Amino acid sequence: MAQLDYETHEHDVIVIGAGGAGLRAAIEAAAQGVSVGLVCKSLLGKAHTVMAEGGIAAALGNVWPEDNWQVHFRDTMRGGKMLNNWRMAQLHAQEAPERVLELERWGALFDRTKDGRILQRDFGGHRYARLAHVGDRTGLEMIRTLQYHGIHQGIDVYMECTIVRLLKDGDRVCGAVGYWRESGRFVVFKAKAVVLATGGIGKAWQVTSNSWEYTGDGHALALWAGADLIDMEFVQFHPTGMVWPLSVRGILVTEGVRGDGGTLKNSQGERFMFNYIPEFFKGETADNVAEADRWYEDKKNNRRTPDLLPRDEVARAINAEIKAGRGSPHGGVFLDICTRRPADYIRKRLPSMYHQFKELADVDITKEPMEVGPTCHYVMGGVRVDADSTQATVRGLFAAGEVAGGMHGSNRLGGNSLSDLLVFGRRAGLHAALYAKDFGGQLTVDSSQVEVITREALAPFDRVGGENPYAIQSELQATMQKLVGLIRVEAEMREALTRIEAFKARAGRVHVEGHRQYNPGWHTALDLQSLLTVAECCARAALERKESRGGHTRDDHPYTDDQWGKINVVLRLENDALRLTREPLPEMPAELKQLFQERK
Amino acid sequence: MSTFTLRVFRGAGESGEFKEYRVESEEGMVVLDLIHRIQATQAGDLAVRWNCKAGKCGSCSAEIDGKPRLMCMTRMDLFQESEPITVAPIRGFPLIRDLVTNLAYNYAKAKEIPPLRLKPPEADGTYRMMQEDIDRIQEFHKCIECFLCQNVCHVIRDHEENKKVFAGPRFFIKVAGLAMHPLDTLDRTTFTKETAGIGLCNITKCCTEVCPEHIRITDNAIIPLKERVADEFFDPIVWVVRKLGGRDKPARS
Repeated sequence: MAQLDYETHEHDVIVIGAGGAGLRAAIEAAAQGVSVGLVCKSLLGKAHTVMAEGGIAAALGNVWPEDNWQVHFRDTMRGGKMLNNWRMAQLHAQEAPERVLELERWGALFDRTKDGRILQRDFGGHRYARLAHVGDRTGLEMIRTLQYHGIHQGIDVYMECTIVRLLKDGDRVCGAVGYWRESGRFVVFKAKAVVLATGGIGKAWQVTSNSWEYTGDGHALALWAGADLIDMEFVQFHPTGMVWPLSVRGILVTEGVRGDGGTLKNSQGERFMFNYIPEFFKGETADNVAEADRWYEDKKNNRRTPDLLPRDEVARAINAEIKAGRGSPHGGVFLDICTRRPADYIRKRLPSMYHQFKELADVDITKEPMEVGPTCHYVMGGVRVDADSTQATVRGLFAAGEVAGGMHGSNRLGGNSLSDLLVFGRRAGLHAALYAKDFGGQLTVDSSQVEVITREALAPFDRVGGENPYAIQSELQATMQKLVGLIRVEAEMREALTRIEAFKARAGRVHVEGHRQYNPGWHTALDLQSLLTVAECCARAALERKESRGGHTRDDHPYTDDQWGKINVVLRLENDALRLTREPLPEMPAELKQLFQERK
Repeated sequence: MSTFTLRVFRGAGESGEFKEYRVESEEGMVVLDLIHRIQATQAGDLAVRWNCKAGKCGSCSAEIDGKPRLMCMTRMDLFQESEPITVAPIRGFPLIRDLVTNLAYNYAKAKEIPPLRLKPPEADGTYRMMQEDIDRIQEFHKCIECFLCQNVCHVIRDHEENKKVFAGPRFFIKVAGLAMHPLDTLDRTTFTKETAGIGLCNITKCCTEVCPEHIRITDNAIIPLKERVADEFFDPIVWVVRKLGGRDKPARS
């Protein structure tokens, strides 16, 4: 056998992905005294976390002393329509405040209350103003803080390095194979434990707030390595993305606009959200404009505006308004903050939104309403993990952040992502390090596995003629947008699955031109493998769940079904075939169930 | 719909040339959209860095008609259809391929900066900071690390040898952000002078002009840092106080 051409790095723990969860995991693992490698698909500090806007949800109780972890837990479970892994939701609510305060000790500067504490902002589905924030660029503050803290912790950072497969030694994970973008050369990471922190899958849709990196790598890596995925049918369409100009369609408009006083209106100027208050949230939502308006100033004696219902509810409402012909000129609805708030306030609280609309759409949001519509934003589903340790169903594999499933149930509340990254990033780093310390025996990397992986990865260069990777990617995006989007029906999802099979066949014939050095065509071809895998997982799971719940809406099964409320759809590979099972949701203990009865 | 001619730099390492592409553009498009169109239809291997496409991540820096800008925030309606548009990699850093450069210098400089040294908390275990005391630093924290300021800074743009002894504007705002941080206790004056080399900056404000986040780098960060260095090293009273102790030891690296 010829000498394989790759370099090898060995660590106790490697973390794949360097957004909030990956950085936090690496920092925690390093604090446990083990050797840590952090692999970034882009340059350090550019991961998707940088784009998060509104804030980090944590029951600090700085603005509302009534707030506590139980209330946050309850909001999170109700936002997820009770399909969340209760233990993850509990740990998240309990630990988020300490994780935020820790960021402050590492140098983060959140906006302040008048008495010098961390200010908190209102967001959809949160009973109290709960989001620690920095204007509308909270993600930037978070990733910079973690980045500049992290670089002094003795972590080896591997930038612009994409992982294509995990390596197995028997039934345990023992490392990963990737390539350097710059040189196109392969690299093997030999590791006792692997933490996946790769984010989401939004690039499988056409209109998305997600960047090119979001191709479901971690989901696919885990699945291929034999791990379970759960809840893959639940994809969040954020209600407010930009709709115009076309080139910026999908770019996020923070929920903070509504948290800070913005309201949704249709082409007739009507605040339509009052027509879409579901039974489930009637008790806590204002049913008339007068009460909703009073709520901004007096939250004790008024119920909250329906503009701040959870994201799934608002996205469906906007979609219905557009379909009914009451949309804005460019196919969205209006989001208006300028009639309630003065220009100075808007520029101070939402500087990045002001800038984004001014520069990219010629819209001055201090003077006129924005046009917004749903955009694919987040996947609730992901790697099935143990709540406390974040360990996947394969030994040595851990997952945190968006790539992990369960925490958010069928719909994530705004602000709960950044806190999820911190809480479970830390737990993943801790438990991966403990696992690595306990690891007995020799680590063995099977070079024949590496050989197969690298040979497959290079195949697109050798083919002649063949398919263009960009074309397949864009057709897949159009298919998912049209057939497995915000509103779904059986026939369309079946059609999507047929098309995905055809795309998979075409992906096997992909050809790329040029050489291995920094070649985006080749990178796109390799990313197609994971993108097609997650698209299929989503369509399969969505076809299976015959009800509507959270981020999964079926026109042919429009109601929420209690029986489905006790079931996770689980996907795993068996003999290279995708196998789907229905498995029972973990049962919440009685003392937590009580939290849902008290306030009825 | 209009059609533009883009002259895009193609090459690697030391060599390369501009190649012309004819690309269609629709209303509201930016330069990065056209680069993506070239990739998808004419040159699949055209190398470019980008992430957010919304001016938030600072990945897609380039020199467009000679002007350093973010490709994702440069709208096509700035240009005449009849004139070709030149898109080149930022010149201040070594070329990897096409529009992608090696930014390792910046990551190395970032690591040299002594991190926050935290003061003890209040009695209740938390920290208090007033908004007015952090407004200035929040301005610095807006930095998206596009490194356009580093790219245009003439101390290093045409003087490779200065890179060893000069941190550059992006890292002066980082140091200033720490120096003004209400919770920090570390004196970085010696670091600022000797390791970061702030004396080499002669305040031409090129960095400030090019900043897409409109951070007043020169006025709000560099000049105050220079004043601190001057006070510390050239003011006799401060010198005596420092000799007598009372502050933390200056950081050296």
